[in-house]
Amino acid sequence: MTRLSAAFSKSRTALVCFLTAGDGDTAANLDALVEGGADVIELGMPFTDPMADGPAIQKANIRSLGAGTTTADVLRIATEFRGRHPDVPLVLMGYANPMIRRGPEWFASAAKDAGVDGVICVDIPPEEDDALGPALREAGIAPIRLATPTTDDKRLPAVVDGSEGFLYYVAVAGITGMQQAAIESIEANVSRIKRSTDIPVAVGFGVRTPEQAGEIARVADGVVVGSALVELVAEHGANAPAKLRELTSALSQAVRTAR
Amino acid sequence: MTESKPNTFRNQPDDRGHFGDYGGRYVAETLMPLVLDLEREYRAAQADPAFQAQFDDLLEHYVGRPSPLYFAERLTEALGGAQVWFKRDELNHTGAHKINNCIGQILLAMRMGKTRIIAETGAGQHGVATATVCARFGLPCVIYMGAEDVRRQSPNVFRMKLLGAEVVPVTSGRGTLKDAMNEGLRDWVANVHDTFYIIGTAAGPHPYPELVRDFQSVIGKEARAQMQDRIGRLPDLLVAAIGGGSNALGLFHPFLDDPDVKMLGVEAAGYGLDGDQHAASLLGGFPGVLHGNKTYLLQDEDGQITEGHSISAGLDYPGIGPEHAWLKDMGRVEYTAVTDDEALDAFQLLCRTEGIIPALEPSHAIAAVAKRAKEMPKDSVILANLCGRGDKDIFTVAERLGVEM
Ligand SMILES: Cc1ncc(COP(=O)(O)O)c(C=O)c1O
Repeated sequence: MTRLSAAFSKSRTALVCFLTAGDGDTAANLDALVEGGADVIELGMPFTDPMADGPAIQKANIRSLGAGTTTADVLRIATEFRGRHPDVPLVLMGYANPMIRRGPEWFASAAKDAGVDGVICVDIPPEEDDALGPALREAGIAPIRLATPTTDDKRLPAVVDGSEGFLYYVAVAGITGMQQAAIESIEANVSRIKRSTDIPVAVGFGVRTPEQAGEIARVADGVVVGSALVELVAEHGANAPAKLRELTSALSQAVRTAR
Repeated sequence: MTESKPNTFRNQPDDRGHFGDYGGRYVAETLMPLVLDLEREYRAAQADPAFQAQFDDLLEHYVGRPSPLYFAERLTEALGGAQVWFKRDELNHTGAHKINNCIGQILLAMRMGKTRIIAETGAGQHGVATATVCARFGLPCVIYMGAEDVRRQSPNVFRMKLLGAEVVPVTSGRGTLKDAMNEGLRDWVANVHDTFYIIGTAAGPHPYPELVRDFQSVIGKEARAQMQDRIGRLPDLLVAAIGGGSNALGLFHPFLDDPDVKMLGVEAAGYGLDGDQHAASLLGGFPGVLHGNKTYLLQDEDGQITEGHSISAGLDYPGIGPEHAWLKDMGRVEYTAVTDDEALDAFQLLCRTEGIIPALEPSHAIAAVAKRAKEMPKDSVILANLCGRGDKDIFTVAERLGVEM
């Protein structure tokens, strides 16, 4: 059993927490997420042009790159995290260009060496996934695909087909950090997706509060929280870990007691 | 990469939108169903004579096509070499080639039942052209423009507002065209149900590079016929400036299978190709993925996109349409670059020899023409795309020349 499948095989919904690598003291912030009860860590690779992200994560990308974060730094953060937390699944999320710059094989093997379990690439749809996905699979890393409200039943099989670890359902047609989708629409879409796959479905985009997380936890296998955590890093700097631990505990509590 | 020459250069892209290794549809899943839809609708429009007829009619009576083909006699004399001819797309309604594409795309948008238009703009020419067609067809319009470009192209900002568009200054990044395009894509992702994104150059996810090229190809089709008509033969060399590459492809594409016609694309060398203050993606970049397509990009060793520089806002983009990336690798088109200073000299040269104030973008092409013409015999013919007029640029030029207005 992989770390990812273990995280999703519990009798409750998994809490997936996102932070941008290199924005603040990432090691301390990630530890705080784990202490607060995060089941899966999603580590954002900073990119100059985060087209699918709203203002909060855009700014985190800019802060991180402004502080000089390189791909080597992101991989080092992952490696050190793996050293401190041998059992917590770690997923890299980012955009295609930094992932393919030195070749997809290079990236897949470097991520593997860093103890990464899965990779989410925002701007490589199934239609263009003939290099990165295979390289990741070859290296034993789960390529995690995204489904959205616009993914109709005709496309869904193609999206689900290459996804491993879990499927990320983007609850709103929009960018990160915006308003949450109606729970009815989330529920309907998650059951639609679950009819075409056995892999776990995690729901993200627009999830900010424990109440929202709890509500989604009743209908999905995972809940992803990003912008709300990233905003705490922006606001509290060196004091972010305490705030992150607090919010993560509340989220975790809500998710654990949801069903 | 294929080693052998294909027997036609005009059959790209393939059915997945690939030009060799380049192009494609590198977009977030939210947009995928949409770009597939757009492609279906474009194929239907291509097969519909009524669509073509409406496009042609608007180009003739609204844009003012065909644009003239003009022999630049005094410039030719001043350069002392090849004859220089211009395709006068700066005489189009709104002052640049951009409107050709906007007419085509807004007709597509209406076919698809979309009720809201968005666009990105650099120099403001594409923004003005988009605002123009939106006013013409009564559709609301939001234009994303880098904050730095809002500053250096203020006359165009006012034009867009007069035409009823909302202009949104984009402050992320360095506030230029790339950042405006990011913001356009973010808007589109959030408003897929009713919004059509009119992309302003031959880049972005398939089918944009193809359909923008097709709409702009009116330039080359006219020029080909006009050349035959005027001098009974085709030109020896075509020259065009390259930002994203739409005016260049528009001129080049109808000539790609004429083996005797050479082609030169001119990128912006800014302060020089040796530093990083230029916008020459083909000459100074590497293949990568941005804004929905694989193409040459200005980027660092980690794949972060670097911000170039050009005096011309319309050329200040770190990418390039994927078809140019392919044409470069195939060796069919030659690419060169021209600095800010060379473009400024060419700008003034054209003003004084021909009584035409060109935009800074085609001033780059004119600078390259000036160099090449001198090396070519007097009976040879260069045809350059005069793709925009310079009214929008007079403030920038005055500033660079140290003139108080
Ligand atoms: C007059 C003019 N020429 C050229 C360009 C560059 O675009 P492209 O390379 O797509 O023709 C622009 C862009 O704004 C422009 O306004």
